[in-house]
Formats: sequence, structure tokens, C-alpha cells
Amino acid sequence: MHNLFILLQKEFRQIFRNPTILRLILMMPIIQLILIPFAADYEIKNISFSVVDLDHSDYARRLVEKMTATGYFRLVEYGTSYAQSLNTIGNSQTDIILTIPAGFERDLVREQQTTIHLAADAVNGVRAGLGTAYAAQIIADFNANIRSEWLTVPQYGQMPRIEVVSSSWYNPYFDYHLFMVPGILAILVTMVGSFMAALNIVAEKEAGTIEQLNVSPLKKHEFILGKLIPFWVLGLISITIGNIVAYTVFGIVPIGSYWTIYIFSAIYLLSVLGIGLLISTFADTQQQATLFSFFFMMVFILMGGLYTPIESMPTWAQWIASFNPPAYFIKVIRAVFIKGSTFTDLLPDFYKMIGFALVFNSLAILNYRKRSA
Amino acid sequence: MPAISVNNIIKTYDKGNILALDKVSFDVQQGELFGLIGADGAGKTTLFRLLTTLLLPDSGTAQVLGFDTVKDFWAIRKIVGYMPGKFALYQDLSIIENLEFFATVFNTTIAQNYHLIEDIYVQIAPFKDRLAGKLSGGMKQKLALCCALIHEPKVLLLDEPTTGVDPVSRKEFWDMLDRLRARGITIVVSTPYMDEALRCDRIALIQKGRILDIDTVEGILAKYPKRLYAVRSENMFRLLSDLRQYSQTDTCFAFGEYLHLSLKNGEADAPATEAYLQSRQHAQLSFKPVAPTIEDAFIELMQAQ
Repeated sequence: MHNLFILLQKEFRQIFRNPTILRLILMMPIIQLILIPFAADYEIKNISFSVVDLDHSDYARRLVEKMTATGYFRLVEYGTSYAQSLNTIGNSQTDIILTIPAGFERDLVREQQTTIHLAADAVNGVRAGLGTAYAAQIIADFNANIRSEWLTVPQYGQMPRIEVVSSSWYNPYFDYHLFMVPGILAILVTMVGSFMAALNIVAEKEAGTIEQLNVSPLKKHEFILGKLIPFWVLGLISITIGNIVAYTVFGIVPIGSYWTIYIFSAIYLLSVLGIGLLISTFADTQQQATLFSFFFMMVFILMGGLYTPIESMPTWAQWIASFNPPAYFIKVIRAVFIKGSTFTDLLPDFYKMIGFALVFNSLAILNYRKRSA
Repeated sequence: MPAISVNNIIKTYDKGNILALDKVSFDVQQGELFGLIGADGAGKTTLFRLLTTLLLPDSGTAQVLGFDTVKDFWAIRKIVGYMPGKFALYQDLSIIENLEFFATVFNTTIAQNYHLIEDIYVQIAPFKDRLAGKLSGGMKQKLALCCALIHEPKVLLLDEPTTGVDPVSRKEFWDMLDRLRARGITIVVSTPYMDEALRCDRIALIQKGRILDIDTVEGILAKYPKRLYAVRSENMFRLLSDLRQYSQTDTCFAFGEYLHLSLKNGEADAPATEAYLQSRQHAQLSFKPVAPTIEDAFIELMQAQ
């Protein structure tokens, strides 16, 4: 016990003596939490579009007006040549071309039907997909409006119409901050836990100090606990800072309990610390450890459901994601923040996290040889 | 019981491709100051790492005060003080913090063993709150020695403690080792400096993982088989090439400001050699017999291999 105390004292002394690490631990949550939720906004606005108007009719103008009035679209070009507009797409100046054919109004009035053409720049697939979806919605709306104008005097009684009214549960205003902030909080804890713990242990390898400890009567578990506890504490501190930023900057407070968040953070930190420990047993230099951690972080973030929902990934990717600890933590922390899930609601995830903590730490301890062959 | 007993140790690296130690055997008596003398890559550090239980031998055994380095490694870690060749203390902790830390790790306190480190510690005490990383080379060595001594080890293993230390600090360091030996601590020290061999009770000359000879310095020098001459002239380079071409030359090496020369027929060849050099018109020629040094002995043993 006394040994552990002296190890912890030493570790905290070193951490507090290293202004860079301290600044990183304090500033990283603040900057990331402020920067990323504002930048990573899924709502696609300012889609630029070109109109190729071959009709020059009243209806054509009304359609274009309706599109710009939504605020999603920005008209950059109004011409009569499709070829020229294709050029504009080629120069990345426009995202979507709306072609209104000659006789658009006439066909619509006489034959009650016509076609218009939408072409999108699919280099950025998300933008193209959402852009055409928005446009199609606006056009459908326009269509419905015109039809109801003609049918002011109902001929066969009321015309059947289905109106779809949707309401978003848990996040009624579709606030992306509410979605992103808890997710980034989860990533932050992951970074502090795995990255810093791994680098710290490897730094002792590089300096040769680990060897000085290895020739001492210090026990394996004392050394490992001496390394895990400080970063466990730092992880909880950084999640606290994150919570404060979430409240002060975004006004986000969990609907569920802070206790639930801290209990999960505490267990989750143990599993990411285990990952950090495992990395440190593989790496001999801080450079290697950084590259290892970087690789893991990429997989963690991109396959953790932070940006793209795991449910929409292919089956094999979902299978990989089910072994990705941050995926569970991101899910849990979002559920507590946004849905107000309670500890019992999340019990299955709790067991999985304990499982991860056990597996990674045991692997690390098995791999951490106090004596090399 | 010897303090250290090494029996037929073989150690290879890189899956057996690199032979670091080749059937090494030797004993170190209790209270002895034992020197391992050899060039870089001779296997000195590997030997230390085996004795400190950091490495396992491929075959052979080693005991420290009767404890086996493989089976009884916990016991060895309590009685051995190790100072690695590379400074391996916490650079971001101060002198006193490092010392306190290592004292605690070994379940002791500075106060308890202060008498052991006092001589050394008083020299660095004025800087006790300075971070270890900001110390000079000599002060780092003193701190490292203090940390290795703080748990009152029975055996002290010092891997090249004076490499990269200025000559004055080197002399001071060896004076400290003398005082520690006077307290009965067994010391094994490795060094690439031949002159430091003179301060050891016994030395082992080690080269390419093999021990060439183990003896006192006097014993090794007494075994030196050849008559040695120190030769110098104004043009040392021409002198060396002339002597290397000379038919009666056995060995000829540059040695400080002299060349150390041995001849095939020993003393019998000396007058003829001197005459040969004079015929080659070397100015200010000096040709005199000289007692061999430990370096001559080392080169001789290496050549004999």
C-alpha cells in the first residue's frame, strides 16, 4: 500500500511538473467541445444551385422562388444552357442543376403532368443526397400547392390528401449540439485514457527508469496500479471539465443523472486505460506508441457512431463496431444526456464495459513482462 | 561463498544470431572490487543485465550471494544495487525526490542508510532541489550512485559509471568506490578505460562475449610474454609505417606519444632495429625498453585469440 502511495505521489508530481500535459488535459476538452460541435453540423445549408430555365414561365419563376425562399438553397446561376451549367458544376461553383424544360407550364396546365430534371454533383455524396432530397421535397410541395389552386371548386368532393406530420422525440428542435457534445465528451475520455497512459509508460521505457523499477522489489500490480490510477483521475477530471463546458457554452445538461454518467465514465476509463496499457506493452518508443494510439483512435472515432450511425453500416462493420468500446460509451452517454436513460436501462452496456475492462487489462498484464526473455 | 558466481553463461540475441556472451564463467569474492574491462559491445552490459535479473540466460547459471538469478530473482533484487550505463533516474524529479522515491521502493528511508551515502550526498546536497535532468554529468553519476546505494546493497553493480565523466570526477568516483569497498560492499564495475583497471582488486578482460583473462592487474602484466620497446621520433607516421614493414617486427601499435613495439626475437633484435631506424634517418629517435601496460596485455590477448 505504501509503495502504491509513493508511486502515485511521484506520478502526480511529474504530471503537475509538465505544463504541456497539464495544459493539454485542461484545454483539450474545452477547445474540442467548443470547436467541433459548431463545425460538425449535419444540417446542410447554402446548397448552391443553378437553374436552366427553358420555359421562362410564371410557374417556373415561382418554383425557383420557392426554392431560394427555404434558406437551404442559394441561386448562383440562372441561364438557359445545360452545358454551361455543367461547366459550373465542374468548377465546383454549384452543387445542383435544376432544369425546367420548355413547355413546363403549358404541359402542367394542359396535361396535368410534366417532368423536370435535377442533376447533382456527387463528389460530396452527403451534400448531393441531401440537396436532391430537399429539392424533391420542395418540388412536391410546389406541386401540391398548384393542384390545390386549381381545385378551389372541388369537383368530386374533398380531394384526398395525406399530410405527414413528424415530431422528433428527445431532440425536438433537431439540435445537433445536443447530439455531438456528449459524443465528443466520450472521445475525450478515450484520448486521455488510452493515449496518455500509453505514452507515459513508454516514456519510462525510453528513459530507462522502468528498468530501475524492475531491479527493485516493486511488484507488478503496484507498478500497473501506480500508472492506471493517475490517468483514471485525470480522465474523470476531463469529463468534469467537459460537463462544465457543455453546460456553460451549450446549456446542455443531462436529462438523466450525472451519477449515471460518472459511474459509466469510471468503468469505461478502466477499459480504455487497459487499451493504453496494452499499447505500451507493444511499443518501445513514444513514436511507436503515438502511431499505435492514432490508429486505434481513428477506428474508435469512425466506427464508434460519433459521426455516422452504426446501424447504417454494413453488417461486417457493425460486427467490428460491436467490439469497439467507445461505441458503447458514446451510445450510453448520449442516452443519458438526451433521453435521460437510467442506470438500469443501460445495464447491458454496463456489463459489456466491465467485460472490456477485464479483457484489455488482462491482456496487458499478460503481455507486460517484468522480465524479458 | 563467492559474492557472485557465473557458470558457463551463454546469451544470444536476435533468435540466436548474435552471440553476446559465450560460455562466460567467473567468481567475484565478497568485498572485492572487480573490474570488467572491455571495448563497447564486448558483452559487459549483457552480463550486468543477467546479474540484475533483467535478462534470462540461454544456458548456464549465475548466483549472487548464493541466490540464483532465475529462481530467486526477488531475493536478488533486494540485495543488489544497480547503476545502468545510461542515466536512468527521473529527470523531472529533483535530487531529493529521486532519492526518496528509490528509498521507499526498497522499503527503507534516507535517514536509515544515510551513513552509506553521506560522503557522496554532501557533494550534491547543495543542489538537492534541482531537477535531475538539469544536473551536470558528474553530479548525475553521484546521484545515480546514491540511489543505487540507498537500500544498503550487499553487491553493487556499476555499468560504465565513468563513461562521459570528466577526469577529475572520474578520479573522485573511484575514490568513492574505494571507501565503499572498505565498508565491505562487493563491487563489480565495468569500464572501457584501461587506466581504471589499476584501481580494481581483480579484473576480467572481456572481448566479443568471451573472457580473455581474469587476474590481478599485476598478475596479468606478469604474464605478458614479450619485451616491449617504446619508440618515438619526429615523424611518427613514417616511423609507424617503417616499423610495420620491418622484417623483425612482431607487433607495433601507437600508444600515446610513443609506439609500443615488440620484436620477433625479443631483446636480441633490439640493436639491429635501432640501427635500421637510424638508417631510415629518423630525427630525434628515442628507443627504450618499457614495462607493458594493461592495454598492451589486452591487445596481446586479443591477438592470441
